[in-house]
Amino acid sequence: MSKSDYKITVGIECHVQLNTKTKLFSAVDNDAVDKEPNSCVSPIDYALPGMLPVLNKAAVEKAVRAGLAMNCKINLVSRFDRKHYYYPDLPKGYQISQMYQPIIGSGEIHLPDGSYVKIEHAHMEEDAGKLTHFSNYSLVDLNRAGTPLIEIVSMPDIHSAAQARAYCEELHRLMLYAEVTNGDLYQGNMRFDVNISCSKTDKLGTRAEVKNLNSFRSVERAVEYEFDRQVKLLEKGEKVIQETRGWNDATGKTTAQRSKEEAQDYRYMPEPDVPPVVLEQSYIDKIEANMPMMPDEYRSKFGVLNLDNSEREAILNYPILAGRLNEVLDKGGAQLAPRVAHWFSSILLAEENLDKDFSLATASELTELSEMVEKNELSSTGAKAVLAEMYDKKNTQKTPHQLAKEMNLLQENDEDALGAIIDEVLTAPECAKAADDVRNGEMKAIGFLVGQVMKKSKGKANPATVNELIKKKLS
Amino acid sequence: MIIADKNTKAVDLVRAALDKAKEFEDYHCFISMNEARALDKAREIDEKIARGEKVGRLAGVPYALKDNYLSPEGVTTAAARMLDNFPSPITATAVAKLEAEGAIMIGRANLDAYAHGSSTENSYFGPTLNAHNKSRVAGGSSGGSAAAVALGIVPFALGSDTGGSIRQPASYNGVWGMKPTYGTVSRYGVVAMASSTDVMGCLANNADDVDLVMSIIAGKDPKDSTTLDNFWNRELEDAKPKKKKIGIIKDFLGDGVNPEVIKTVRDYAEKMKKAGFEVEEVEMPIMKYGLAIYYIVQPAEVASNLSRYDGIRYGHRSNEAKDLDSIYSMSRDEGFMPENKRRIMIGNFVLSSGFYDAYYLKAQKARTLLINAYNEAFEKYDALLCAVAPAPAFKFGEKTDDPLQMYMEDVMSVPPSMAGLPALAAPAGTSKEGLPIGIQLIGPRKSDQMLINIAKSVEEVA
Repeated sequence: MSKSDYKITVGIECHVQLNTKTKLFSAVDNDAVDKEPNSCVSPIDYALPGMLPVLNKAAVEKAVRAGLAMNCKINLVSRFDRKHYYYPDLPKGYQISQMYQPIIGSGEIHLPDGSYVKIEHAHMEEDAGKLTHFSNYSLVDLNRAGTPLIEIVSMPDIHSAAQARAYCEELHRLMLYAEVTNGDLYQGNMRFDVNISCSKTDKLGTRAEVKNLNSFRSVERAVEYEFDRQVKLLEKGEKVIQETRGWNDATGKTTAQRSKEEAQDYRYMPEPDVPPVVLEQSYIDKIEANMPMMPDEYRSKFGVLNLDNSEREAILNYPILAGRLNEVLDKGGAQLAPRVAHWFSSILLAEENLDKDFSLATASELTELSEMVEKNELSSTGAKAVLAEMYDKKNTQKTPHQLAKEMNLLQENDEDALGAIIDEVLTAPECAKAADDVRNGEMKAIGFLVGQVMKKSKGKANPATVNELIKKKLS
Repeated sequence: MIIADKNTKAVDLVRAALDKAKEFEDYHCFISMNEARALDKAREIDEKIARGEKVGRLAGVPYALKDNYLSPEGVTTAAARMLDNFPSPITATAVAKLEAEGAIMIGRANLDAYAHGSSTENSYFGPTLNAHNKSRVAGGSSGGSAAAVALGIVPFALGSDTGGSIRQPASYNGVWGMKPTYGTVSRYGVVAMASSTDVMGCLANNADDVDLVMSIIAGKDPKDSTTLDNFWNRELEDAKPKKKKIGIIKDFLGDGVNPEVIKTVRDYAEKMKKAGFEVEEVEMPIMKYGLAIYYIVQPAEVASNLSRYDGIRYGHRSNEAKDLDSIYSMSRDEGFMPENKRRIMIGNFVLSSGFYDAYYLKAQKARTLLINAYNEAFEKYDALLCAVAPAPAFKFGEKTDDPLQMYMEDVMSVPPSMAGLPALAAPAGTSKEGLPIGIQLIGPRKSDQMLINIAKSVEEVA
């Protein structure tokens, strides 16, 4: 018996922080990045007596967008409930969530490998604050308390660690494309709780839940680890305990945190302070009509570019790049667009360029740049140099042609001008042997001559043109 | 009520109220006084009047504020140790509206801690005495507000009513009390008890004053999503209600109701007939379940709403607490009164998994039946009549050892609360012992002013 005899089944809950201007139930700044602790907290978030939540309509709209991005049914009536537990990061002593009637109903997500994962539902809720523990005291920061979240609950449709990762990555892309989150995993904008079980039969095994994973890699590793751990237990004839487990990124292991028996009773109750959310179908239709293109639409459109999957998916991780590439494709066709795609994947997505503002170069400029290479006005090396400059803020007013000119990179195609340089090279003593070789039909030697011309022209000569001209002159 | 003008100084109105408050100090209507600021504000209003500037509709009128309304003046305690040192940075919407019209808060009125109770005996600061008999309770939870109005200290007071907390003390002290339609007045800035039935209202000495104060504090508030658009229109409802049909709830005229109370209701019905109303008895058997429904739904919401008092951010924190668990348990143990704890325990029980369906969910279903029964009754009747409470004010300590007996006090007042209906308590008679007895008029949603006008026209006949 081994792992291959077991089927692993995974379901994932994902919390997405919505990037609304204000919090879910209060009108204070929702963006706490780099802010002083407890500086984005209203009396509502602080849970003073007599404070009442007021639902942020923008958060409802973002939730609808997220639902549409996942091909989910949007429920016209949804309600909020209170989920009770005591912890200092939860000022009211309850979290306002949607237990019974969530805003987003069932749907499904198509993964790049062709598989599907069904969405059970997704609901709106508020985030909790943050605790920092010290040796004999703890500090509470409520900046994050009240940040709008949607919790996306998948069906147990996932059957490998790689698929679990692919699902999380696709979810991340969908949320970015729907423009509902900043999607910064490091800041906790998306967090994953992963339920894993193993079985040799079609009957699902007992599951363990690994909570609070904040990277795709940790999702994949945690699923892999749990698969091993559970199979080992089952092989020894032991039972998997239904429990919550924590992930330790350093050791690469999960550890038991809380068993089912110790699970809290959340004493759910309808939230009496927030009226039901009642949406008109026309409101949803309007949002749907204005939704941007989703990754799957780009995938099918980019088919003509013949990109390999990893290159395509890397570009798709950045909606701005996918959008630009799509526009280049529309403007310049399948002739010009693949070159731009390669620039994106090989240059912009290199580690050192990831902090660049990818929106700086417009699709027209990128098309122009690709066209210059196509027309031999620029070498591919020169184009890469120009591209780098296009992502510098100081150059936003300049066209690629202007940049190339300034950088002295425009290729010399003028045969008279090139002819003079070639004559100079062919008469130079150090080139005499190579010239003779070419005359005698030893065409390998032409490379040396072209190289010399390139050197003399400081790289501006178009090598193809030079090649042709040398052949003509020595024939 | 007397409004300040060229001839009547606001300072005199406020000073008179403060003097009376001192005179009746032993009734313990107030938890704290707001003397200095009240006089300052009165002077400001007098200066405005002297300069010929416009002043509000309640210029210089002193009032008592139930101490569960937040206001930056002094400390909002909710009569609980938990909040006995809580200076609020917030002003409740109702308070802000009154202040904008020139009303002047002279003190914070006593209540049962967190408004849990029917006698003000649950106040951490001690009970309020009945205005008509010092050996009797003032009722509750707005006992301080009711006694302050009945003693003539202030012409009106703000109260809150979750299951009878305005109406029952009004009845016990012989004053008027309005529990408006749910959502009429903003709950923003009032310490929550049970959110789905909490309403803010007032107590006063006559129907016109109730109408005036309600017309000012009513209205939509963006800070309270459950508020209704303002339907209070003083001009429109001024016309006398004619030929209305009234149903006396028969189920509250039998067992468990004091004969003197029954007689008062029947006498009131006769007066109504004289005033030209058509009156007949109506059976509403579901009324007897009202109390059971209320004492499941209300503690559930109470338990939830009191979760925020955890000793972490504000309010009482136990000096003995050593770690997180003991901060929670000891602070809450010391900060809450026994009745608060009883309701937290009941509430958490009915919401806990395994019991939710049997208690909370079932109660909510029964609540729907109750609402349906009212709707049905209102197809036939314009308003319903019954007493406010089964008996006149009881003696101190009489019911403190038996919570169920205490809860029985609410049997007639909780059904309209569960249905979100307006209910008006009006003085109707006096017992042989000289204790006031009030009646209650209940109408469809937003019929608040009609109820006031019905009671007014009955009073004119008598």
